[in-house]
Amino acid sequence: MFLLPEKIRFMKIGRYAFILSILLTVGSLLSIAFKGFNLGLDFTGGTVVEVVFDRAIDLDHLRESFSEQSIDAQVQLMGNANAVMMRFPPAQATPQNSENAADKKAASMQMGGEQVVALLTRASPENKATIKKIDVVGPQVGDELRDKSGIAMIIALACMCLYVAFRFQYKFSLGALAALIHDTILTLGFFSFFQLPFDLNVLAAVLGVIGYSLNDTIVIFDRVRENFALLREETTENIIDISITQTLGRTLMTSICTLLVLLAMLILGGDALFGFSLALTIGIVVGTYSSYYIASYILILTRLSKDDFFKVVDDSEPFEEHFE
Amino acid sequence: MILEQTLLSKNRPSSPPVMFPLWKTLLMVVILVWSVLYTLPNLYPEDAAVQITGSSAAEDISDSLRSRVQNILKEAGVTFKQIELKDGSLLVRLADVENQLAVKDLLQAKLGARYVTALNLAPTTPDWLVALGAKPLKLGLDLRGGVHFVLEVDVEEAFTQHIRVYFDQARETLREAKIRYAQMKNNEQSITMVFRTEQDQKAAYALMLKSFGRDLVRQLDEQDLVTLTLVLSEEKKREIREFAVSQNLAAIRNRVNEMGVAEPLVQRQGQERIVIELPGVQDTAIAKRVIGRTASLEFRLAHRNQVGGSNTEVLPFKGDRQSPVTLEEKVIVTGEQVVNAQATFDEHSVPQVNITLNSEGGRRMLKTTKDHVGDPMAVVFVEHKQRLVEKKVGDRLEVAREPYTEKYVINVATIQDSLSSQFRITGLDSIQESSELALLLRSGALAAPMYIIEEQTVGPTLGKENIKKGVNATLLGYGLVILAMALVYRIFGVLANIALAFNVTILIATMSMLGATLTLPGIAGIVLTVGMSVDGNVLIFARIREEIRKGLSSRLAITTGFDRAFLTIWDANLTGLIVGALLFAIGTGPVKGFAVTTSIGIVISMFTSITCTRAFIEFFYGKRPLSRWAL
Repeated sequence: MFLLPEKIRFMKIGRYAFILSILLTVGSLLSIAFKGFNLGLDFTGGTVVEVVFDRAIDLDHLRESFSEQSIDAQVQLMGNANAVMMRFPPAQATPQNSENAADKKAASMQMGGEQVVALLTRASPENKATIKKIDVVGPQVGDELRDKSGIAMIIALACMCLYVAFRFQYKFSLGALAALIHDTILTLGFFSFFQLPFDLNVLAAVLGVIGYSLNDTIVIFDRVRENFALLREETTENIIDISITQTLGRTLMTSICTLLVLLAMLILGGDALFGFSLALTIGIVVGTYSSYYIASYILILTRLSKDDFFKVVDDSEPFEEHFE
Repeated sequence: MILEQTLLSKNRPSSPPVMFPLWKTLLMVVILVWSVLYTLPNLYPEDAAVQITGSSAAEDISDSLRSRVQNILKEAGVTFKQIELKDGSLLVRLADVENQLAVKDLLQAKLGARYVTALNLAPTTPDWLVALGAKPLKLGLDLRGGVHFVLEVDVEEAFTQHIRVYFDQARETLREAKIRYAQMKNNEQSITMVFRTEQDQKAAYALMLKSFGRDLVRQLDEQDLVTLTLVLSEEKKREIREFAVSQNLAAIRNRVNEMGVAEPLVQRQGQERIVIELPGVQDTAIAKRVIGRTASLEFRLAHRNQVGGSNTEVLPFKGDRQSPVTLEEKVIVTGEQVVNAQATFDEHSVPQVNITLNSEGGRRMLKTTKDHVGDPMAVVFVEHKQRLVEKKVGDRLEVAREPYTEKYVINVATIQDSLSSQFRITGLDSIQESSELALLLRSGALAAPMYIIEEQTVGPTLGKENIKKGVNATLLGYGLVILAMALVYRIFGVLANIALAFNVTILIATMSMLGATLTLPGIAGIVLTVGMSVDGNVLIFARIREEIRKGLSSRLAITTGFDRAFLTIWDANLTGLIVGALLFAIGTGPVKGFAVTTSIGIVISMFTSITCTRAFIEFFYGKRPLSRWAL
């Protein structure tokens, strides 16, 4: 459709882009380390209740009622004046010196569905509340999920890495791994920096990003490998530029299509899927960028060359190609 | 590697244009038609309904009940579509979703305790589709509304129960072997015995080893050679855990069935957890009361007169029909050892309950009863409950839940004969009593108490909202992608869009056939699949354009484009499948739904973007050269 130049000199700014990436990565890591995440219910444990009242409710009145009963709760409006979201903390840890089994069990109890209903009836008897949704997560479940998720991410990265090493040459694997780690850290960093709610759905999206980013990278690697065989005389940098230019149409198109779909979800999908859609959107943008300036650039850094692909046996004999 | 060599080598002889094989076309048409048919049921909205079943198997669900219900509804002015009598239950289809809960409560109140009412969503799929086996997708809780619990089995408690039994047995064994001990203590998770001499301790250990070798293990204290501490072996612990969880699972299943909820889900999760999902149920309190009645049974010797010695306990009788009973503290057999219990009649047609114990239970029962023929034996029902209590934690007053146990005697019978694995409990008043006791013995026998560690309630309005949002997002996303594809790839793009539509229908049809559940993240997965499955076609079309630019004939360009892109598509999609598998492994409920839709979507997209699109292109263009509008 468009008439693209034979090659766009992407790698010319490769060094600068790489440095920028490193800066962003370090920044993200710092944010994660010091600011931490705004962890959602799945990871912290606790109770979240979404309620719709018959009439507009006075939040301060609710808050007062809760603090009178020494109940620790976050209360906020959701959308309109009738809809309220309440968040209660998870159960306390067992008191240190508790020998009593009953004490242990009691300490592990926490706010459950009917308790909330009882609380609300007591707090605002005239204004009836209809429960839209209640989520109760025990503390040990939250902890478990955190650990499982961390492991899952590591396994995902490892699997991808092995896959690329298997299908391509090991230098590609380095590039792919670096790009994936970069994408994951930047996406997580974004959520950390802006303290966006981070729950199990967002984590699923991050794992999705890992898969998607690798997609992109593989398409480019595929072309690079093909071009090394076809264009024997070019430098590595040129081959990469050409490969990227050739695949540009496809990369742009797929990214745009996926982003369009994500846009639809962001607009119409509602609160439940917002974090998920946002994580995927960021991940895809970052992922596309990283396929060029991390994965491909590392191919240059590691001095990928013809020698990695074929051994030239003898100049006079007909060409025999081996792939390592 | 060889495949790539062949494809990448420039010296491949030009192949003749490949005609799309007939069998492939036929297969494709069959699949496409099937997918549309199986997707259709989802377009028929379900009816809000109330389902009525009998609370025991003996209840009769018949036309008389139907007319009775009809009258109740007419009197209350409730419009209903239809009342169906099917599979031993009555299904009342309502015209209006708003009052579903109110109607259920009304019917339950009017019909009384002999019947159980439950909320239900009844499909309205036309008969001809049902005959083909098509049905609408199962909806997850976040789309339907309902209640979701995760229970954790208190395995520690099960260990404690076992230790208690071993404690009694150890004491007796030592007594019989005439080994004297200075002190013997039950520490809930271990047993400590203190002896006078080291010799005694060693002898005792040898004896313990002989009697309980596999089950108990010694903890040795170097300093203290007169003390013997025994704990459960890892093997025994594993055995107890397995049994406790599977026994509880069966018991919960029975109870949930009693509740009459339509399509409940009761499943084991991991080593010690049980997941329960009750769609349509809104009242967690009732659900918890039924499920939360965690109980266990104990068989103990009773005292005929009310005077007891040491090691006895006085417990009330259930329902206060009779006065409290004095019991031995020692437990002969627990509900765990009950394998089966049946309500039957004896020779004189008097109700009785036949009980079968496992071999261990039989052994213990025999040992006790042979010395106590003529004495009464009691069945004790132990309930683990929770109550809300104000507790002082630190310097604050908190509302907390406190667990406590309630024990009462449900039956006292005289031991007629020495009993072992099979025996009967006679002297029951009525069929009702014997059925209840049998049911209690069968399903009420929980091996260990359970606690709720996770719970979720989704209201029905939220469920509907979520469905609407999901569908809207899908439609908008699909619309945008169609536009983009048509603009960039023209007619080929349009053909690819048609294939994309089939992608969605095949996806839904597959999920329907697999019985997979659709959740909100699952819908997100469908939306994403729409965006990402375009990728396959984009790769192919980009290649075709390139080949045309290089000067290949249009037919050859098409062939080459499809061939060369295949490997890349395969590579790229494989990574998506790996991620899908991972998400399925670590995710719970909704995330699993997402993993399933994405994975299936990827596989299907390979089919539609390669085979389907190609078929469409061949069909549309045949041997004609490609015009400017084609690509």
